[in-house]
Order: sequence, then structure tokens, then C-alpha cells
Amino acid sequence: MSEDVSRAGFTAEGGHGAVPVADDSAPDTAAGEVGRAAATSDTSGEADWPLFEVFVRARRGLSHNHVGSLHAADEAMALRNARDVYTRRQEGTSIWVVRSSALTASSPDEKEPFFDPAADKIYRHPTFYDVPSGVQM
Amino acid sequence: MSDRQEYALRLADDALILSHRLAEWSSNAPDLEEDIALTNIGLDLLGQARELLTYAGELEGAGRDEDDLAYLRTEHEFTCCHLVEQPNGDFGATMARQLYFSTYQLALYEQLTLSTDDRFAAIAAKAVKEVLYHRDHATGWVIRLGDGTALSHDRMQRGLDQMWRFCGELFEPDEVTGRLAAGIGVDPERLLPAWNSHIDAVLSEATMSRPSGTWRPGTGRRGVHSEHLGYLLAEMQYLHRLHPGASW
Repeated sequence: MSEDVSRAGFTAEGGHGAVPVADDSAPDTAAGEVGRAAATSDTSGEADWPLFEVFVRARRGLSHNHVGSLHAADEAMALRNARDVYTRRQEGTSIWVVRSSALTASSPDEKEPFFDPAADKIYRHPTFYDVPSGVQM
Repeated sequence: MSDRQEYALRLADDALILSHRLAEWSSNAPDLEEDIALTNIGLDLLGQARELLTYAGELEGAGRDEDDLAYLRTEHEFTCCHLVEQPNGDFGATMARQLYFSTYQLALYEQLTLSTDDRFAAIAAKAVKEVLYHRDHATGWVIRLGDGTALSHDRMQRGLDQMWRFCGELFEPDEVTGRLAAGIGVDPERLLPAWNSHIDAVLSEATMSRPSGTWRPGTGRRGVHSEHLGYLLAEMQYLHRLHPGASW
């Protein structure tokens, strides 16, 4: 099986593919018979869809915030699913989705070298001048 | 019963019964995200049904509210089309039914926004945005499954074939639509070109063949239904009939 787990288990035979198919390593299943999309009763997750992270902008002027993640066969479906899962109570005006595998995250092991040196450098905070009266903070 | 009341009931019953069918997918959909999508669509339809039933009750003027009309009418008093009462089948069949119905309903509501009846026009204007999404959702799945694997291709085609014969009824005019076509309602025959155009485009992109079966004449508008509706109503109406006015 490919290293890239998020892409494995899908086929794009006809151009709109991205329908999950059987994991080649799974015994006793003919190709194409364990896909979720094709077999309504199968929930074994044999060929799981890739994970997407969802970012929603609540209203104009605000930035997109991470709201959660979901599974989908491709970007188009991820956007649809995000609409249904995360904005059905009018939470948003804009949605971004990105494959979780495309994110590079800082490692918990690197927490000290990454973040601790910032703790004792108060001169990096803009606190050494007087704010004129009338300026909104 | 006035034409206008009859018409409101027809629109309401289509939405209400399909809403219940979609609710049956709750906790049974292929994945969690789709579970929420199907119940969302069902709830949109339920909202439309509530407004239309309320209006039908007002037109009748006998004091019946939305609950009375949804829960206390018998099978033969329902005027939904046969398409919406069909059992869900597999996911492909459900998406075929949704594509056929939402494409019809979108064309219908787009016309109904021009109705000289303010209530119909307002209800339709609100619903158009919802139904556009329903149609896109079904369209996406029919293309994805149709143009997917060999297995999904076959099952999608089977679903499309299975639901096809119930589509003709959607476009059958009768006395009621004839009398209302002048401005209040919509002549169903006029919706067929727009329906064909979208369906053919989707089928072509999905590498599906247009089902060849002939359309069956419909009797739903006269209250004559397939055997499936009775079972559906038994489940839908049970609680209200056992505990009238129950709420939580």
C-alpha cells in the first residue's frame, strides 16, 4: 500500500472517481465491494476517506477560525460536508477546507526551544511608551 | 375544498412525505457527514410543509392547524405524488429520487415565486434557495457514483431506473392545475423542458443512460397511493394519535 494513506483506497476511473474501493490487502473482498459510497450498509471504514480540517469565517471582517475536521472523498465533497456539519445554524459566511495531511504542525517535543525563549523578552512587547489619550486599544 | 387549498396540500404533502423518508436515513447513512446532510434536507422540506399546511388550514377556515393536517388525515386524504413515498432503497436509489424530485421542485418553486397569491410566492421564494442546494447535493452524488467504480456505476443506474417510472406524474396537469395556471399556480407541463435539460446534463456527465422505461400515470393527487404510504403514515402519525398534542 502507498505511503500516502490519504490517497490510498480511492480510484478515479472515470474522471469523477474518488469513490473508495477495497483495500488491496483486505482478504476475501473483490475490488470495489467495500466502498462506503457504494455499499450503504458497510460502516467498517475499510477504505476511510481522507481527513480535512475546516475553517469558518463567522462574518465579514473576521478571520477564518478552525472549527473541526471531517472526512470526505475530495475537496468538493469536503466543502459540502463542512457546510452541512459546521454552518447549518448560520455560523458562517465563508468556509475553507484543507487536507489534514497538508498541514505542518509544530511538535510537542520542540515546545521548549520553540516557545520558551519568548517568555523573558518583555522588550518585544510594545509597552515602553505612553499611549496618547483618545487612542482605542 | 377550494382549488387553492387543494394546491397548498399537494405541495405540502410532497414535502412532508419526502421529509419523512429522508429522516429514515438518520443514523443509517453511509457516513456521519452524509447523515447530517440528509436530515438537513429533510428538515428544509419539513419547514416548507409546515408553512404550506398552515396556509391550507387557513384557507379551509375550519380551525385545522398544521398538526391536524399532518397527523390526523388518512392515507386517501394525502395528495402527494408516488415518487416521494417510494422506500429509500439503497443510497443510489435515494439520490436518484432526490435528483428527480429536487429538479422538479426547483423549477416549480421558481415559477411559483411569480404567483399572484402572496403566500405561495413568499413560501416559494424562501424555499428556492434550499431546493437549489438539495438539487446540487443529489447532482454531485449521482455524478460521483455514476462515474465512479464499476459497482457504483451499476447501482446508480439501477436506482435511476427504479425511480424513473414515477416521474411522469410530476408533470401531469388536471382540473385543479388547469384552473390555477392563470396566475396562482404553475402548469406542471411547462416544467418538463427545464427538468429534462438538467436531468440529461447530469446523466451525461455521470455516464448514466437515460432510463428507457415509460412513465406510469399517477394517481397520488387523487389520494390513491402505493402500498408504501400507509406504512409510512402509521409510523409518522403513531405518536400524535396515541398522545394527541404531545410535545417536548
